[in-house]
Amino acid sequence: MNEFAQETTALTWRSIRRLSREPISLAFGLIQPMLFWLILFGNLFKGAAQIPGMQGPDYISFLTAGVIVMTVLNSGLAGGVDMLFDKENGFLERLMSAPISRHSLIVSRFIFVMGITSLQILVMLLVAFLLFGVKVASGFPGIVLTILIGLLFGMGLIALSLSLAFSVKSHGSFFSLLGFLSLPLIFLSSALVPREIMPSWMSFLAQFNPMTYAIDVVRGLILGGWMWGQLAQVILVLLLFDVVCFVIAGRAFRKNLG
Amino acid sequence: MTMDKNTAIETHRLSKSFGSTKAVEDLNLTLYVGEVFGLLGPNGAGKTTTLRMLLTLLRPTTGDARIFGYEIVRQAREVRRLIGYVPQEKSVDRYMTGREHLELMASLYHLSASEARNRVREVLKLVELEDRANELVSNYSGGMKKKLDIACGLIPHPKLMFMDEPSLGLDVQSRLRIWEHIRGLKAKGITILMSTNYLEEADQLCDRIAIIDAGRVKAIGSPLELKKGLGGDRILIELGQGVPSDIKDLAEAIQRFEFVREIHERNNTLEVWVKPQEDAFATLFQKVGNGNYPVQAIHYMRPSLEEVFIRHTGHKIRGD
Repeated sequence: MNEFAQETTALTWRSIRRLSREPISLAFGLIQPMLFWLILFGNLFKGAAQIPGMQGPDYISFLTAGVIVMTVLNSGLAGGVDMLFDKENGFLERLMSAPISRHSLIVSRFIFVMGITSLQILVMLLVAFLLFGVKVASGFPGIVLTILIGLLFGMGLIALSLSLAFSVKSHGSFFSLLGFLSLPLIFLSSALVPREIMPSWMSFLAQFNPMTYAIDVVRGLILGGWMWGQLAQVILVLLLFDVVCFVIAGRAFRKNLG
Repeated sequence: MTMDKNTAIETHRLSKSFGSTKAVEDLNLTLYVGEVFGLLGPNGAGKTTTLRMLLTLLRPTTGDARIFGYEIVRQAREVRRLIGYVPQEKSVDRYMTGREHLELMASLYHLSASEARNRVREVLKLVELEDRANELVSNYSGGMKKKLDIACGLIPHPKLMFMDEPSLGLDVQSRLRIWEHIRGLKAKGITILMSTNYLEEADQLCDRIAIIDAGRVKAIGSPLELKKGLGGDRILIELGQGVPSDIKDLAEAIQRFEFVREIHERNNTLEVWVKPQEDAFATLFQKVGNGNYPVQAIHYMRPSLEEVFIRHTGHKIRGD
């Protein structure tokens, strides 16, 4: 096994082990969006949401795509947390005093968070099906594509979160910033209502939110089927988003891991 | 710059600034293979910054350093293969077991599975953590965490070990145990560079120390040399009341010894400064005993490292 693979495997296993020691945090990470958004919010607005322009048989089916991408958002934005704690308690220095490639520290985080994100998407789809009978209209390939779109959006978020973990002074400011960012990003996206019926200024802002694109394509896969033109456009937008995030993150990585 | 094979670390005007703050300034140090070298100074003196530069975790602003001949910036990866690191306390992961820490480190030093197994077993034995190796670190006491810290540092079989405040925050018992382990490492031939703000720790463990204050080295030497450098030892002879002639007599008699440097007389007490010489105290003791002087007490005082510290920096190591 080459050295890079050995380092990356060991670091990824460490994350998996830690998670297995604290399964509650994984459970809450899954339950929170389902309970809060899908069950409470979804049912609350089921009646109120009979608005023209709404696609899908009912509001909960419509909301499923939004909740899936929200989960990706939360996992991605939290992707730097472990690195942040390692930095704060000195464990990162211990790792960095070893003769390892600095990339293995980053790559192992991506592998881990992206793995967890994929699992979360699957569980969400399963729960939406079991509780509310929401089926993915585009079938198995659609499920795979939903995960890939989630990961494409998630990658940029993880990069941002990691660079934030390196830049903040303490985990206090990290978590307040996350709390501050996540709800506006959700409201200024097509997660809860389609862009067409938003107030025009919100609709205007939502078109710059990469979340909107990820949601729209996933929603299409769940409710309708394949729209190749839209898919190509969304992949392009998300790739662009990733590039921007990696450029920002690259600077932070070089400064702190170089 | 070529290096003697007996030299473990050589720094040349090593400096680090953070903005306009000079954390370390023109540090020139040479560490010899096999010695325990201590950086002694108060918090914020620049000890950790120095360690972090030598560990290749922080880039020097100016100056350079070599570790076993490798440059710390240009050949960082070679340096990292030769060193072990014991950071300040709590740099362990409470969600992992002791054994998992060591296995992780073994992978990061690219040991094969069988090498790793042997090495982990070996260091667990060395730090006496075998019984608790499979427990989560959250159950460990402070002393056990420190032992695990040291065990992690030993995984790569380092030639040089960096220890940042090895006994910070430990109770007295654990501190003594950690000191034993450090002596054990030295006995194995490992060169050790440690930072400390405990005078006693520096005195007990270090072959040589550098007193560091405000980013600069104020003095370097063995604890004994540094103490001797203060001008030797002091003997206080207290005499009873109302015998002024006796005290003059005794002072004159003592004055004749060749090892006596100065005598001061105050309040029936003679303060005798002597050269650091093994038989000085015994000779004086005999002289005083033979002369029927009304002696009440004799104190022998060797200057402490604290006095050395104050002499070189102008203040105590901890502001009380």
